[in-house]
Amino acid sequence: MSRRAPIAYPRRLILLLAALGVFVLALVWRAVDLQVMNRDFLQGQGDARHLRALALPAHRGMITDRGGEPLAISTPVDSVWANPKELMLEREGWRPLARLLGMDAADLRDRILQRADREFVYLKRRVDPELAQRVMALEIPGISLQREYRRYYPLGEVTAHLVGVTNVDDAGQEGMELAYDNWLRGTSGSKWVLKDRLGHVVENVAGIKEPDPGKDLTLSIDNRIQYLAYRELKAAVQLHHAHSGSAVVLDVATGEVLAMVNQPSYNPNNREGMRGDLLRNRAITDLFEPGSTVKPFTVAAALETGKYRPGTYIDTAPGYYKIGRHLVRDASNYGYIDLTTVIEKSSNVGVSKLALAIEPAQMWKMFSGVGFGQPTGGNFPGEVTGLLADYRGWKEIERATLSFGYGLSVTPLQLCLAYTVLGDEGRLKPVSFVPVEGSVGSREIMSGRTATEIIRMMETVVSEQGTANLAKVAGYRVAGKTGTVQKLGADGYSDQHYVSVFAGLAPASNPRLAMVVVVNDPRGDEYYGGLVAAPVFSRVMTGALRMLGVLPDELPRQWRADASRAGQAASRGKEPSVSTVAESHARPVLAGDQGVM
Amino acid sequence: MTPLPHRTPPRWGDRRGPRLLVRGLHLDFPLLAGLVLLSLAGLAILYSSSGRNMDMVIGQAMRLGIAFTVMFVLAQIPLHHIERWVPWLFGIALALLFGVLLFGEIGKGAQRWLDIGLFRFQPSEMMKLAVPMMVSWYLADRPLPPSARHLAIAALIVVVPVVLIAKQPDLGTALLIAASGVFVLLLAGVRWKYVALLILLVSASAPLFWYMLHDYQRMRVLIFLNPERDPLGSGYHIIQSKIAIGSGGIYGKGWLNGTQSHLEFLPERSTDFIFAVFGEEFGFIGILFLLGIYTFIVIRGLYIATQAQDTFTRLLSGSLILTFFVYTFVNTGMVMGLLPVVGVPLPLISFGGTSMVTLMASFGIIMSIHTHRKLLST
Repeated sequence: MSRRAPIAYPRRLILLLAALGVFVLALVWRAVDLQVMNRDFLQGQGDARHLRALALPAHRGMITDRGGEPLAISTPVDSVWANPKELMLEREGWRPLARLLGMDAADLRDRILQRADREFVYLKRRVDPELAQRVMALEIPGISLQREYRRYYPLGEVTAHLVGVTNVDDAGQEGMELAYDNWLRGTSGSKWVLKDRLGHVVENVAGIKEPDPGKDLTLSIDNRIQYLAYRELKAAVQLHHAHSGSAVVLDVATGEVLAMVNQPSYNPNNREGMRGDLLRNRAITDLFEPGSTVKPFTVAAALETGKYRPGTYIDTAPGYYKIGRHLVRDASNYGYIDLTTVIEKSSNVGVSKLALAIEPAQMWKMFSGVGFGQPTGGNFPGEVTGLLADYRGWKEIERATLSFGYGLSVTPLQLCLAYTVLGDEGRLKPVSFVPVEGSVGSREIMSGRTATEIIRMMETVVSEQGTANLAKVAGYRVAGKTGTVQKLGADGYSDQHYVSVFAGLAPASNPRLAMVVVVNDPRGDEYYGGLVAAPVFSRVMTGALRMLGVLPDELPRQWRADASRAGQAASRGKEPSVSTVAESHARPVLAGDQGVM
Repeated sequence: MTPLPHRTPPRWGDRRGPRLLVRGLHLDFPLLAGLVLLSLAGLAILYSSSGRNMDMVIGQAMRLGIAFTVMFVLAQIPLHHIERWVPWLFGIALALLFGVLLFGEIGKGAQRWLDIGLFRFQPSEMMKLAVPMMVSWYLADRPLPPSARHLAIAALIVVVPVVLIAKQPDLGTALLIAASGVFVLLLAGVRWKYVALLILLVSASAPLFWYMLHDYQRMRVLIFLNPERDPLGSGYHIIQSKIAIGSGGIYGKGWLNGTQSHLEFLPERSTDFIFAVFGEEFGFIGILFLLGIYTFIVIRGLYIATQAQDTFTRLLSGSLILTFFVYTFVNTGMVMGLLPVVGVPLPLISFGGTSMVTLMASFGIIMSIHTHRKLLST
């Protein structure tokens, strides 16, 4: 080093150095301020900018039938969404994006521009993952995917009403999907991710909460019986040009629903064309007057009094019965007949006389006991309980009309449940849509003896002399009852519009299955329950009993004879003897203008 | 008896290998070490801030190479060779500034570039050297402290180019050049009463100045006073950079581990705001280290100024090194939210070219001043 030069203005140099020191200290102080004192706050602010909780949708549980056959399955799909704010910045990508998504470029532009100030808009929901990856490969800022699950229903319209559907957000909307939504739904998880300013997920960070998948749901449905019932009901509804129809098969011992089908139905896999009236599960939402199908319960109420036996005779002559100003009529004059024949011929006069002979309370107890006007216990969404007025207000004519099924309303499921009471020795159990384990609490509605006697009486209905020979099932004894119900229109009861019903049990010796078939407003030549609904019962029962391996209870010789007859009946559609059968074609509540004689 | 030829025994320090070598190449070892250290730190942080973009890092390294070459070449030229050309240099730079005003190209909304066939360059960069040189040159032959008349002329030398540059508009550069001129005057021992007068004049004309500002410049000042005023717009820079630095904490998140910067939340993260990336990744410790190097360079530069053997070199080197400090202070102060946003890069660390070359040219001059002193015997 050389000689120290004399420093010009030493005072000024010191001042300068001091000033420098102050500036440097200011910087250091600021760094301390930011990095030590305000560190937590700023770190939090930073995290808020790039840490995002991402929802991980949970896999919705599968719905299966009792044999494990899938009825509703969730498959992963991706929904493409956009942040319009970011998308606005770069417009070149819009055209290829629209092309990939199969959207009109102008539509896409409108969609984005309309929501330009938002931060989230779905562009297309539920595209398949492969297409979604191609969309992401465009690397358009502001476009993101959201994993979702699409619900698929393998049996489509066959199980549509029963299983129901989910909405676009994977929440149950109808049917069992709605009833067991909490069970099926599962809990969506979340994970923390690092996102850059453009919203791309850069990295997963700790704190992943795995989604908790929904639980699978096994229904009591037997998909084979369900399918059979659907096929046969649909065929009958089409054949008879009917407005709609329902069929329900219940397990007599447990109250489990083995099949529940409706017409018209819809395809749950395609949301287009889903209309309100198609979505309705008519078996539990649509009320009808059950007509003659309740006669067994009127008779049962009479038997329960102990004053009547199946062989007790009642005079139904001259084929009508005057109650006050009203007239109850039979299809023809059956004369002096026993109670079994009253059921077999479906005599309105017979049951009316019975109804008036017993206490209203006894009849009400029987009717409400078998579930009319009561919830079925199945808790199906949208279930209606129907109407059974309190007996204390009943007038005589009402007691009479109730005895043959007018003046009360039931659902097909309620009617079917009532028949399980007859089949299970007088015990009522709640309806269940899921398999029943162990014993269920049941309530005794009538004595086992009464129930058995009613079944014996109903077996005569399904005979050549009865109203429902077509309900026969080869190899099995069948007990059942037809109903041909005049529909109540704006101008009172119509003689143009009917509801054709058949309710029955099989095998009659030890009932396993109860089934109700309701065909609403058949517009063909035939409308009797024995002609429209009974054949559906026969075909479904024939299949169902064999599928379930129920032992035939009819003698083999007779079985062969019946089989040939049933075959003839099926091929010709109508047994000659049936045409002579006078279905109780009641002219019912004779209010005012009509029927007053 | 003939006396033995007198030989000054070599000082021990001068005999050390690398020091001798750099002294022979007219380089100042402490300065060089500080600058190289800064450059290396800059390349490292650029690698991180650019998202491991090797092309950017290599590009920056090449620019650094050019800048160091310019420094090296200038360090070889004794200042008295340059001294006589100073008025010419200033004249040319001034002419070019007028040229920009008349024929300049508009880049990024401001008229700063001059296309002279081969390449485009900013005459304002040239002015960064020309103004302190011209003022130093002018005052060097005058009695010090300068008289009012000389001061007035010196002030004119500063004000004319500053106004021209401010009109481009490039307020940041204009202020830096004004500062370099003022530094020369301060170092020349201008009387305190004049300093007080200047301060008074500036504060009195502040409202006037405010109206002359462009809207965006006014906005910057307002936002500096309250960044939350426009958190999505202009305030965004400052908020994000404060968050980035603050979230670094004491020890930082580690090299390449910054989140604010890497996730593109931080704008201009490789250029003007690169200090925020550094702060996030290396924390308070890193900032202390970096500010330490800068301070060391400034102290060394000031020391060189005190050792200068004539007024011209003393004023020039002092002014240049203080301008360097202003760069550093303005940039780091801006990034940490102490100062309004002014487009001033962080010396040797920010990505980008022209100003780095100018800066290294000034270090070349400083080194030349130090290494071309005539050795005087004690």
